[in-house]
Amino acid sequence: MNDASKPIPVADSDSAPFWEGCREHRLLIQRCASCKTPRFPPMRACPKCHSTLSEWFEASGRGTVYSWIVVQHPVPREVYGQDVPYVVALIDLEEGVRMVSNIIGLDPRAIGANMPVEVTFEPGEGDVVLPKFKPREAP
Amino acid sequence: MFTLRDKYAIAGLGETAYTKNSGTTVLNLAVEACQKAADDAGVPVEEIDGIISYNFGDSVPAIAVATALGIPNAGYAVDFAGGGNAANLITLTAAAAIEAGLAKSVLCFRAMNGRSGFRLGGGREFQARGITQYTAPFGWITYPQAMAMWCRRHMIEYGTTAEQLGSVAITFRENASLNERAMQREPITMDDYMASRFIVEPFRMLDICLETDGACAVLVTKAEHARDLRHTPVYIMGGAYGGGPNQGEDLFDAIRWPDHSQNYAAYIADDLWRSAGIGPQDVDLAEIYDCFTYSVIMQLEGLGFCKPGEGGPFVASGAIKRDGSLPLNTHGGLLSEAYIHGLNHVLEAVRQLRGEAGPRQIPGAEIALTTAGAMTCGSAMVLRA
Repeated sequence: MNDASKPIPVADSDSAPFWEGCREHRLLIQRCASCKTPRFPPMRACPKCHSTLSEWFEASGRGTVYSWIVVQHPVPREVYGQDVPYVVALIDLEEGVRMVSNIIGLDPRAIGANMPVEVTFEPGEGDVVLPKFKPREAP
Repeated sequence: MFTLRDKYAIAGLGETAYTKNSGTTVLNLAVEACQKAADDAGVPVEEIDGIISYNFGDSVPAIAVATALGIPNAGYAVDFAGGGNAANLITLTAAAAIEAGLAKSVLCFRAMNGRSGFRLGGGREFQARGITQYTAPFGWITYPQAMAMWCRRHMIEYGTTAEQLGSVAITFRENASLNERAMQREPITMDDYMASRFIVEPFRMLDICLETDGACAVLVTKAEHARDLRHTPVYIMGGAYGGGPNQGEDLFDAIRWPDHSQNYAAYIADDLWRSAGIGPQDVDLAEIYDCFTYSVIMQLEGLGFCKPGEGGPFVASGAIKRDGSLPLNTHGGLLSEAYIHGLNHVLEAVRQLRGEAGPRQIPGAEIALTTAGAMTCGSAMVLRA
C-alpha cells in the first residue's frame, strides 16, 4: 500500500471486462442476455428476471447528473489535498444504470441537476483508466 | 413484522463518559457500560445469558465482553455487522431470542473508541475491492460525502435549504445544553451554522455528528421479569428493521437505490406502526438518528410525521423543539451529545419514559420513538412507559 496513492480499483471476475473496457476507452456495461436489462455494477444474476446469462455492450457514454457533491475537506488529506474542491456525482446513463464518477472540466458552481454529461477517460493509479464525465450540449 | 407488543422491556441502562480520548480499551468501555446496565436493572451477572452487539470492525466481540463480565453461561452471543442502522435491531433481536427460548436476560451494547481509535472513513483500504472499486477511486470515501449526495437530491426535488438543515443542528444543541453528558453544549445560532466551513457541499461542519469514544448498553428481559426489578419497565411496543429493494453491498453502496430523497424509513414505516398499534400522531417524543442534520428530515418524512418534501419546513417550524409538537433528540443527539451509533438514543428515550431526564424532561412523556440508520437500511422501535 502506498499512502500517497488514490484507491486502486481491483478487478474481480465480475468486473474485469468493465475495467478492460476503460483501458480501451470504451464504457462497457453488463446486461442480461435473456431479458436485456442492463445492470451496474456487474453481478451474477439479473435482478429483474434472475437469469444468470449475461453479456456486455458498449454504452453511449451519455448521461445526466442525478446528484452531486463538492468535496472541500478531503479524506485522506495527503491523497486528495491537491484536488479540492472536486466533484463527485451520481450519473444516470441513457441506458438506465447509475454510476459514481467525477465531473471534470467546469466550475463546480456551474453544475446543475439533470445536466447532460458524457464520458471521457483519464489515467488513474498504475495502469488503471477511470471513466469520468464532462458537460455536453443538451440534445 | 415484529409481533411481541409489550411482552419485553428494557430494564437497565448503562453508559460510559463520552469523550474524544477515553484512555482505555474498547473492551473496558463495553464492560463498564454493561456492568452499569445490569446494576441499573438490579440483575446479577449470573442471570444474564445473552449478549448482542454490532460493529464495523471497530469494537470487541460479544463473547469477549461476556468473558470479561464473568457471565457464567453466555448461551446467546451475537455480533451484527453494522453501524448506525442496527441500534434498534439488537434490542428487537434480544426480545425475539428470549421469545424463542434462546436466552432470558440479554445485554445489548455498542462500544468503540470512535475518535482516538478507529475513525470511520479515514482508514479505508487503498485497494478498492468489491463495491468500493466503483466509488473510492473517484474520491467518494467518507460517510459525510455519501450523505451529502442524498441531501443534494432532496434539495433538487423539494428545495430543501441550508437554513432548514441548520435549524436541526441549532435545536439539538439547545437540548444538549441541558445534558451534562453531552460533548457539545455551547448554544449555536444560525449565523454560527452558516459560517461553519463546508466539509463536503452541501454539508457544513455543523451538519456532521461527533466522533466519540464511549459505550452504551441496555438490558432486555421479559416484561413480567422487568416488573420485579429496580425500575419501572419501559416496554417495547413494536419495531422494524430493513429497507427497500436494492440496498446494495454495504451501507455506503447506494448505486442501485432508486430515489435518494427517501431512505429506509419510508419502507419500514408500515411495519413499525402496525407492530406498535399506534401511529406517528401518538408519539410524545422521538430520538431520530442524526448522524447528519439531513438524515432527520428523510426519516420524519418516511415515517409519516410529515409528507415527502415537507421535512425541511417541518424542522424549521419549531415543531421539533422541546415545547413543539414533536420534541426531537432531547439529549442533543449524535450531533451534540455523542455518536454511539444510535444506542445513546435508546438510553435517552428510556430515561424520558422513566421520568429521569432531569432539566430536559418532556412533561408527560409516555410513548417514544427511536430510530437508527440514514441510508438504505435501518431500524426503529416504539417504547412506552
